[in-house]
Amino acid sequence: MKRQNRYGLFMSIPMYIFTLVFVLAPLCYMVLLSFLTRAEVWGVVNEITLENYQNIFTPVYIKTFYESLKLACICMVFIILVGYPFGYFMARLSAPWKKRVSMLLMIPFWTSALIRMYGWIIIFRSNGILDKFLMGLGITKQPLKLLYTYPAVVVGMVYALVPFMIFSVYSSAEKMDWSYVEAARDLGASPIKAFFTVTFPLTIPGLMSGIVLTFVPSMGLFFIADILGGNKVVLVGNLIQEQLMKARNWPFAAALSVTLMLLTSVIIWIYRKVAKVKDLEGFY
Amino acid sequence: MKKIRFSNFYIGLILVIMYLPILLIVVYSFNESKISSVWGGFSLKWYEMLKTDRAMHEAIGNSLLLGVLSCSAAAVIGTLGAVGMSRIKLRTKGMVEYISMLPIMVPEIILGMVFMTFFALIGLPFGMATLVIAHTAFCIPYVYMMVKARLAGMDISLIEAARDLGASPWRAFFDITLPLIFPAVLSGMLLAFAMSLDDVVISIFVTGAETNTLPVKIYTQMKTGVTPEINALCTIMLVVTLTIVGISGIVNKKSKVGKLRNEENYEK
Amino acid sequence: MEQSILKLQGIEKKFGDTKVLKGIDLTVEQGEFITLLGPSGCGKTTTLRIISGLEQPDIGNVLLAGEDVTEYAPEKRDVNTVFQNYALFPHMNVYDNIAYGMKIKKMAKAEIQERVVEVLSMVQLSGYEKRMPSQLSGGQKQRVAIARAIVNKPKLLLLDEPLGALDLQLRRQMQVELKRLQKRLGITFIYITHDQEEAINMSSRIVVMRDGILEQVGTPDEIYHHPRTSYVAQFVGNSNIVTGEIIKKEGNLFTVQIGKEQVQLMDNSKKELGEQVAIAIRSENIQIGRQYKNIGLSAIVKEKNFAGGMLRMTLTLKNGKELVASRHGIDADGEEGEEIFCFWEPEQAVLVELSKQTADSLRLGKDWEGKNEKAE
Repeated sequence: MKRQNRYGLFMSIPMYIFTLVFVLAPLCYMVLLSFLTRAEVWGVVNEITLENYQNIFTPVYIKTFYESLKLACICMVFIILVGYPFGYFMARLSAPWKKRVSMLLMIPFWTSALIRMYGWIIIFRSNGILDKFLMGLGITKQPLKLLYTYPAVVVGMVYALVPFMIFSVYSSAEKMDWSYVEAARDLGASPIKAFFTVTFPLTIPGLMSGIVLTFVPSMGLFFIADILGGNKVVLVGNLIQEQLMKARNWPFAAALSVTLMLLTSVIIWIYRKVAKVKDLEGFY
Repeated sequence: MKKIRFSNFYIGLILVIMYLPILLIVVYSFNESKISSVWGGFSLKWYEMLKTDRAMHEAIGNSLLLGVLSCSAAAVIGTLGAVGMSRIKLRTKGMVEYISMLPIMVPEIILGMVFMTFFALIGLPFGMATLVIAHTAFCIPYVYMMVKARLAGMDISLIEAARDLGASPWRAFFDITLPLIFPAVLSGMLLAFAMSLDDVVISIFVTGAETNTLPVKIYTQMKTGVTPEINALCTIMLVVTLTIVGISGIVNKKSKVGKLRNEENYEK
Repeated sequence: MEQSILKLQGIEKKFGDTKVLKGIDLTVEQGEFITLLGPSGCGKTTTLRIISGLEQPDIGNVLLAGEDVTEYAPEKRDVNTVFQNYALFPHMNVYDNIAYGMKIKKMAKAEIQERVVEVLSMVQLSGYEKRMPSQLSGGQKQRVAIARAIVNKPKLLLLDEPLGALDLQLRRQMQVELKRLQKRLGITFIYITHDQEEAINMSSRIVVMRDGILEQVGTPDEIYHHPRTSYVAQFVGNSNIVTGEIIKKEGNLFTVQIGKEQVQLMDNSKKELGEQVAIAIRSENIQIGRQYKNIGLSAIVKEKNFAGGMLRMTLTLKNGKELVASRHGIDADGEEGEEIFCFWEPEQAVLVELSKQTADSLRLGKDWEGKNEKAE
């Protein structure tokens, strides 16, 4: 035993070192940084302060958090509306089609999110595909100028995140025993009644994990807001980036990050309490 | 019957919407016209333009080098780590495993800032070195998870048999463990490579003024204005990424067919 | 004096809080075929792994041909193992599997080739060199696993339930082949099984294990006919155990009082009058009659069933304890619910020590049969 231990230990050393030096240490430094003072010109001064956290509670930044949460919630509604039926219908497909559809879903997922967003620019831009299409059908009279608007950001976010919801719902609907639904039908429930009394309650864990999987990243996807929203939509992610790159206020950016991480941890923690599940269903 | 037809229609519709942006990029990369909403006929001129763009070549070279370096480093660290950690019972093991997974769980923006501030702290000059470290950090989880899953399906008595027949622990690792987990290593590596090649957020923060990677270059160009050249570039990136992911999938699938366990033994 | 090939001295092993081995002492001589027999969880596999070096004992020493190898890694020991699930390397063909040990020793290619061919013919698989493990049947894999181990000419060959996964017919055939192979090679075999029949058929000595201790070590004949404890009697011989008090002793003939009745047995035990003793009688030796005699026990037939050419009768004694009697054929006196009388020849019963487990089950009035458990 001891011998094998030594050998396993030896192999684990690179991973231990890398993880501790290049993941744990930087994370710890970020937490530390959030308590330091910004220097006059560039960098930081080693003075402990709570000022950075106090700054977050100034109205303008509170508003950013509020906006981020609001956008995340709006996106969530659409993600559920689009993703839940998809995952549910997908679970009812025949086995070979299940495979094909999940392949088709995975492919865009593996390609660069940046490129996919770029595709939406082509669609949304003034006199772009969408405008041509809608004007051609006579639905709208003039270009909608959708690019760099709030709806464009919502579409981009929903588009980027909906696969997570689909897979979460799918995996829990897939596991469900369909004979329950048959039993409900047999006992006299209409299809709709059977869905709301049997299927839906049984797929709630999938829905919940889908919410966590999409809610958390939606707070940090700054580049979607950047590309599709112009400068009109400012999220926590954008704020962090701005503080880092432009304002060069690193301690404040660190404090924002820590707050964001705490917020997301709280969401995951609540999810685990509510759903009583240990692992997020679906994805990994 | 009617219901099922609606659900199929719905799935089809959503899938079409999902592929629409990607398809548009590909289609317009062959567009003669400079204005992307007008179809001016089939042309390869944007691809030809790419051929002569020096800065673009450099960015592509950087991205490939970065991908190869970081996914190789991740393959070594992640594979050794997965094998080693499957054999030890240290109390810190679970914690280290959890921390090593953080780079793909933490929002990218935060990870980017974490690396940026840390590298500034330790005085590492921003450039290829910082890029490789940051990319290695988020590549390791892909390799680690793949290898770990494969190891779980591997019969430990195979290693014991090798030891029993006279192999040292290292010899057993190279003769038995490595060949059996190799498909997982390879497919994890390819996924990691694809992720590295596509990454923009983290790269923005840790790259130096001199080293542009392809996605960073595309991102900056996208913000300044849309040129059809980007269409062509994106199309190339798409093809490369999808090819890599496809190969990774095939490698993984093939190795699943070749059984790791002598499963039939347990049948009656 | 020649060294014993293997000596285990006071081996103890804990897994977490569970003590799996509680002091194992065993000496094995060159050329023996030793079987470790016991139910799952008795520690037999752990014992084997300690001999091979895959586990290390917490306390105690392993001596191989006089040399203390306790601290040696498995690859440093001249011992090879045939694994329970064969553990053939799935990415190597039969030839490479068998040649693996010799390649590590850097033997000449020609010699490796020669020995692989030789050993394959020994296990009757000539011409299978290029096959992959996945293309082999269970029995063939078994032979390759054996070939891979014996080709290295180890001092000791360890076999961990090697026939466990095979069907009954193949099992019988392999038992014969293994026995023949062992004689031909002259290698000492240490064999694990939970099947008492297999142990009795193949071994030169049997080690009965229970809960991390050696319950009895002896030849198959000793184990079968003179079990030392009630556990061995039940596990190996499917014996019934009854308890009573010695009321008469004439040379080797003991008379034991059970309730108001008396039974007799022959034993060279030193037990004295008045002592409480346990008696083991194998089910096939219990005779049944309707005629009451002075010596014997009256009982009620609780159940009769016929299986595998044997008639099994479950009898309930006056004290509530159950006995199982069995015989060939379907004819036997006594219908279900009828009171009958059972007895045996004194030389067919023996005195045994009461093992703790059996004592518990006797108190509960249950018939405990360890052999029903399937091995791990």
